[in-house]
Amino acid sequence: MFDKYLIDPATVRNTGPADAPTGFAFEAKLGYYRGLTLSMIEELAVTLDGTELPRDALQFDEGAGPIALDAMETAYDRRWAFGTPATILVSHPGGLGTGEHKLGLRQKLRVSYLPFPAFNTDEKTVSAA
Amino acid sequence: MSKIQRGVSLYSFQEELFLGRMSVEDCVAFASSIGANGIEILPEQNMPEFPNVTDADVARWQDMLARHGAHFTCYDMFLDTKLRKDSLLSDDEQVDSIVRDIKLASRLGIRNMRVLVFVRPDILARCVPFAEQYDVHLGVEVHAPWHLEHAWILRTIEEADRLGTRHLGILPDMGIFMKHYPPAFRARFERQGARPEVAQFIVDQHEAKIMCEYTIYEVAVKMGGNKAEVAMAETLRHAPFANPKRIGDYAPYFRHIQAKFYEMNEDCTDPAIAYDEVIPELVKCGWEGTLSSEYEGNRWIQDVHEVDSREQVRRQHVMFERLISQAEAKYGAKETV
Repeated sequence: MFDKYLIDPATVRNTGPADAPTGFAFEAKLGYYRGLTLSMIEELAVTLDGTELPRDALQFDEGAGPIALDAMETAYDRRWAFGTPATILVSHPGGLGTGEHKLGLRQKLRVSYLPFPAFNTDEKTVSAA
Repeated sequence: MSKIQRGVSLYSFQEELFLGRMSVEDCVAFASSIGANGIEILPEQNMPEFPNVTDADVARWQDMLARHGAHFTCYDMFLDTKLRKDSLLSDDEQVDSIVRDIKLASRLGIRNMRVLVFVRPDILARCVPFAEQYDVHLGVEVHAPWHLEHAWILRTIEEADRLGTRHLGILPDMGIFMKHYPPAFRARFERQGARPEVAQFIVDQHEAKIMCEYTIYEVAVKMGGNKAEVAMAETLRHAPFANPKRIGDYAPYFRHIQAKFYEMNEDCTDPAIAYDEVIPELVKCGWEGTLSSEYEGNRWIQDVHEVDSREQVRRQHVMFERLISQAEAKYGAKETV
């Protein structure tokens, strides 16, 4: 319902030392009309130029501190609030590199009243600021 | 004064709220400005601090509503039975979650709760003593593809009768009265590649009230439908037209209505949902409660249009005023059911 608004391309940036980035980060919203406890975010998958990056390279931070996706599965006391950007941190030696890139995000949500998981996807053309 | 009050669910403004283009106060101010001053809230959407809502938060909301001459009408609950990956919430945990919501609704001064349709009637029966204690009506959302007389809905009604309670019942979503196929749906499927003649076939089949599985098979197999065409045909599974004439039979079981709509015409008529048949039935039976706008058109047009939820809601309320006054002129004011 909000797929095209998930990734905020203006927030994409490299992380780590400027001359030797260790990864990149960007802000994204949850594609759902309400907030959700983190344990129900089953999957956040990031693709860069069409290649999916490893799950264990990702960390998520809605404001309470970075958390690995495996640890999110039991994060029953943290929520991703509606319409509120969270930071997705990606460990990726060298960072984004120069020029434009295709950055993709897929969210798989465990929504209790649906018989199947809910998927949201977005892809934006980005460059590291 | 009419027995039918007008209001708005904050769900209606999800596009603008999500994008930060409106605040909840903007929504409330707008609703009041069109005489729709009953506010339905989704705490899990509209209260970032949920579930840890403090007394100061409650006071802030009540002050804000009062500033705009508005009041709460309904609390939309959720139940995360799949909170854990490996095991469903136990029955006790489900009851605890609902009781948490009943207590928060009560603190907010809200006496109607929209209960998700998938919640089991026996779980709700266990919540009834709390609903009675806190004076909150538990209304199971009658949402398409369920409808007023679906066997699952009748289980809740039987449970309410068995318990002899006025605090358990239903809460109809007007999407169950989809008399015509929404043009906004069709237009989006055509943008996604549905051929106009196939789209017209699907619309005609719906108009003729042909059972959806015939249409889906025709489109998917016989017509060799593409992805957009099959997806459009499959929406028919969620497009029932329940009989408005049965509303009076069920009116004692509901006090609030989610007035679902997808798009209003410029002349303030609804091209899809049969409000022109529903509202006279509500007036005829003397139903008392709130018609609460639930605009859900954003997802059907946002690929090509700016979403203007305010204008859509405004048009719906022009229609409500017209239909209510016409029906009251015809049937007069009846005693409350």
